[in-house]
Amino acid sequence: MKALTLLSAAAVLLALPAAAQTETPRRGGVLNWAIAAEPPTYDCHATGTFAVMQRVAPHYSTLMKFEPGNYPNIVGDLAESWTVSPDSLTYTFKLRPNVKFHDGSVLTSADLKATYDRIINPPDGVISNRQSSFVKVASVETPDPQTVVFKMKEVDASMMTNFASPWNCVYSAAKLKQDPNFPAKNVMGTGPFKFVEHVAGSHWRGERFEDYFRKGHPYLDGFRAVTMSSSAMTNALAGRQVDAEFRGFSPTERDRIVRALGKDAKVQESSWLLHMIVTFNTEKKPFDDPRVRRALSLAIDRWGGSASLSKISSLGVPGGLVRPGSEWSASPKEMEQWPGYGRDMAANRAEARRLLKEAGQENLTLTLMDRNIAPYVTAGIFVIDQWRQIGVKAEHQQVELASWYSLQNSGQFEAFIDSFTQFSDDPSNVLYKYASYDRSPVAVHRATDRELDALFDEQARTADKAKRIALVRRFEKRLFEQAYSVPLLWWQRIVVMNDRVQGWTMSPTHMIYQDLGDVWLAEK
Amino acid sequence: MLRYLTKRILLMIPTLLGVAVLTFFMLRVVPGDIVELKLRGDGGTVTQEVIDRERTRLGLDKPLVIQFADWMKGLATFDFGTSMWTGRPVAEEISIRIGLTLQVAVMAAIISVLIALPLGTISALFRDTWIDYVVRVVTIAGLAVPSFWLGMLMIMGLLTYFHWSPPVTYTPFLTDPLANMSQLIWPALAVGYRYSAVVARMVRSSIIEVMKEDYIRTARAKGVFERLVVGRHAMRNALLPAITVVGLEFAFLIGGLVVTEQVFNLNGIGRLFVEAVSRNDFIIVQTLVLLIAVMFTVVNLLVDLLYGVLDPRIRFA
Amino acid sequence: MTAIDQNAGAPTVARRRQPNPVLAFIRFQPLGAAGLLVILIMAAAAIFADVIAPYDPEAIDFMAMLTAPSWEHPFGTDAFGRDIMTRIIYGARTALTIGFVSSFVGCSLGAIIGVSSAYFGGRVDLTIQRFIDILLSYPIIVLALVVVAVVGRQPIAGIDINLILAIAIPIIPRVARVVRSAALAIRAMPYVDAARAGGYSDAHIIFRHLLPNVLAPYLIMLTAYVAQAILLEASLSFLGLGVSEPKPAWGLMLSGDSSNFYQEAPWMIIFPGVAISLTVFAFNLFGDSLRDWLDPKFKT
Repeated sequence: MKALTLLSAAAVLLALPAAAQTETPRRGGVLNWAIAAEPPTYDCHATGTFAVMQRVAPHYSTLMKFEPGNYPNIVGDLAESWTVSPDSLTYTFKLRPNVKFHDGSVLTSADLKATYDRIINPPDGVISNRQSSFVKVASVETPDPQTVVFKMKEVDASMMTNFASPWNCVYSAAKLKQDPNFPAKNVMGTGPFKFVEHVAGSHWRGERFEDYFRKGHPYLDGFRAVTMSSSAMTNALAGRQVDAEFRGFSPTERDRIVRALGKDAKVQESSWLLHMIVTFNTEKKPFDDPRVRRALSLAIDRWGGSASLSKISSLGVPGGLVRPGSEWSASPKEMEQWPGYGRDMAANRAEARRLLKEAGQENLTLTLMDRNIAPYVTAGIFVIDQWRQIGVKAEHQQVELASWYSLQNSGQFEAFIDSFTQFSDDPSNVLYKYASYDRSPVAVHRATDRELDALFDEQARTADKAKRIALVRRFEKRLFEQAYSVPLLWWQRIVVMNDRVQGWTMSPTHMIYQDLGDVWLAEK
Repeated sequence: MLRYLTKRILLMIPTLLGVAVLTFFMLRVVPGDIVELKLRGDGGTVTQEVIDRERTRLGLDKPLVIQFADWMKGLATFDFGTSMWTGRPVAEEISIRIGLTLQVAVMAAIISVLIALPLGTISALFRDTWIDYVVRVVTIAGLAVPSFWLGMLMIMGLLTYFHWSPPVTYTPFLTDPLANMSQLIWPALAVGYRYSAVVARMVRSSIIEVMKEDYIRTARAKGVFERLVVGRHAMRNALLPAITVVGLEFAFLIGGLVVTEQVFNLNGIGRLFVEAVSRNDFIIVQTLVLLIAVMFTVVNLLVDLLYGVLDPRIRFA
Repeated sequence: MTAIDQNAGAPTVARRRQPNPVLAFIRFQPLGAAGLLVILIMAAAAIFADVIAPYDPEAIDFMAMLTAPSWEHPFGTDAFGRDIMTRIIYGARTALTIGFVSSFVGCSLGAIIGVSSAYFGGRVDLTIQRFIDILLSYPIIVLALVVVAVVGRQPIAGIDINLILAIAIPIIPRVARVVRSAALAIRAMPYVDAARAGGYSDAHIIFRHLLPNVLAPYLIMLTAYVAQAILLEASLSFLGLGVSEPKPAWGLMLSGDSSNFYQEAPWMIIFPGVAISLTVFAFNLFGDSLRDWLDPKFKT
């Protein structure tokens, strides 16, 4: 009996260190990860590209943030506590005490005010990319150094999401006073890592900030983000030159890396807040005719295409204007009612041909503009093949991103493969893409539809969730009838990393959870 | 000689000016500019007003002639401007990358000579025999295989058979020669093999030429062993023309790296060039083109001078 | 290549007293003949692609995604289930059309400019030479990339005019320079002066006397630049700046994410690369032999 107790005690002792190794984060080590594309600026207020976000996120904090492991729940980052007035017109935030910037200065409410003023009313020469998200803010007030108060002009149901946006990096008021464009060329925040260097075209380095406000974090000594082309990334991960990539791989890339790394590979998958769109130029004949647009949308076999394309590309499931699977999304049953989402493709194609005939466009030929990278090319090849099956001939025009933007803006296109991504599922964030051309700079279909705009505005001020969802459904219904721009497929996010990378959180967007404050490297 | 040199150097000025004018105005015909791409990235929601403001800040709304004059004024004071993408000085963007590109180019040149000298010599010594044919097929094949494809096969081979891939960041040779070499030897091989074909052809014909000369003819023997002995003498004489070809091809080699750097993910000026073209970062593109043109013209001049030294029959006129 | 091309500008066409020039070429230039044979096979594939190719090159077949080589698909299929052999056969059409047309345009314009420059001499020659100097200061691929960016990507009537321009323009100055030096030698010949004294027009003299005599270097360069043009088209397509999907082109088949399939579908990488190499190789072999054959200076 005694022997047995001793034995079990030994077993427990033996088991403990092993358990500790997998459970308790280990301190130390430098994480090498891959990232495509060079950042055009260091200022997260001024841009929308992940190339900036993923690099600077470890250096900054935001007022609120999405809770790791519990997306889309919102928790405080710099904010310790907060209250929202019953009329939803006043937001009051209490800041954490003793938060330090990398230069040693202490964060106060003045820094928050300077940051948000810069976003809401950018001074001359400063670019603010998300000014439109804060148009309903009347004022930012600082009653004391630990309190920030936002007063609203009218109710905005998306406000908490906007406060949690990863794009609203908090800058130092003192630095902004010296030079409003300080953050464009310098990196200085309150995040878990201090900026070390950026060698253009090569890498970006950060090291642990010892005075980070979350005690014990970060675990890593530092990180190195290595710039590389997406094809080189697969090789680098397979060859163990880097340990992670945080945007996402295609299924074939995943399989390649997993085959090379064996059991050291860790794969995390999710739906992605990013979708492919077919947009028509409603100012050009015959795309000014809703019948033609609807026919072209009807001809696309989204369910069939998804089943095959999801095996070879980042394209995933069919969905509406909001991410399928999110709290705002329609169910597959509801989707099947939309034109182009019905399961009977023979019937869809017959209807498409009928519509074209009715519009006098049986021998329609068109040019489909597209980008020249995967999976845009994949989507283009697929759509052209689908249209061919209703007798529509399309020429594929693949262009560089810069000309792609310029051709859309000048209206020199007939149809093109577009995409849209956001940091959250909030309907105002995503439906914006489909509003009228004069209302939204990203609505590139060049159409004006006041009915859509009215629905957009109504959902934006509706705080009741069920009512808001119903409004989103009505918005979608109207859009599919008119088909100025129609969703093609939503992307799937597949993140592959070496198993020694621990503590990173997967989510449906590659813009959040990138501060690396909880990430650690297991011993190998 | 001095007069010839002065004349050649003076001629370079209008040529380079022409390159500057042509490049500058060709680029401005390109539809679109960098601004939208820079502000919107992959999904920003920026307004037209912000776009216009940035366009003004970058000076893209000024008349073309003024923009060109600004560029020329800068060049005169060795100020090449700033990248429209990163906002860093162009000189800095180029200087952090040019070391790598030059190193790969030099290594590729050395590799091509190392391959070409023996092969070209053998080919000449056994001219019109099956040995000659085999060697020529091997070298001409080098010219035919796209170096990007060769590069892809190399990376895949390394990954499949050694479960290893070359390092992803550049380490200067002096810091860590091993790390440096294990990254750069592969592109140098892929490009060098390709250029060995050109050099081998030159070596072959100049050895054939040398072999006709009297002292070789008297030493000419009939056996294979003696032929090789003769070959050593001839090879020495063929070395200079071979190096000349390498020099002449050097600028092409830099051009060849444009594609190869993509495959091997090298942070060199070739990749910078392709990326700048795709982003419409005109400032970078025009400066790089001018830089390459300067290198090319200078190398051409040096090669011509070298010819003159080697072959007194060439008159400087 | 510049050094060698300049040597190639010999002023006379070799005249061989052989009963049958084709047989003689095969006998004295076996490698060149082999190259020619490959070229002819490729050309036949390109011309009769519609008849030979077993499938539609652009039709997606999801049931046949990434099939290994078999009797049904001798070279396997790609990620869209498209037959690779079919796409290589049609790719020959793309490669040879773009290769030949751009080399022809570039060499012809180059020859005309070179000959005119030599014939008129003086200020015209000087001006043209300066322009040629300017264009020669760009490495080929650099100039091609800039031209592609300028012209854009819109194919006209299904033909990639932009690509042809991008490839042809860098060829012009290179050919013009070689042809000029060849033409200068002929211009010094007494019969040119005689023709001029006889009151013939400039155009007559250029087209009847000068151009025929620079035919040898012209033909040599034409074949050499077809090879270059095919490689350049492949490189541009590989960079995503050339031919657009779903049109079949060899360089395009290697671009983008196709390298990700190398383990499960190595045939996607191997066959297009072999097709490019083989064709360029054949043109180089043939071009080299043609040079030896037509240019007595290299036939020691």
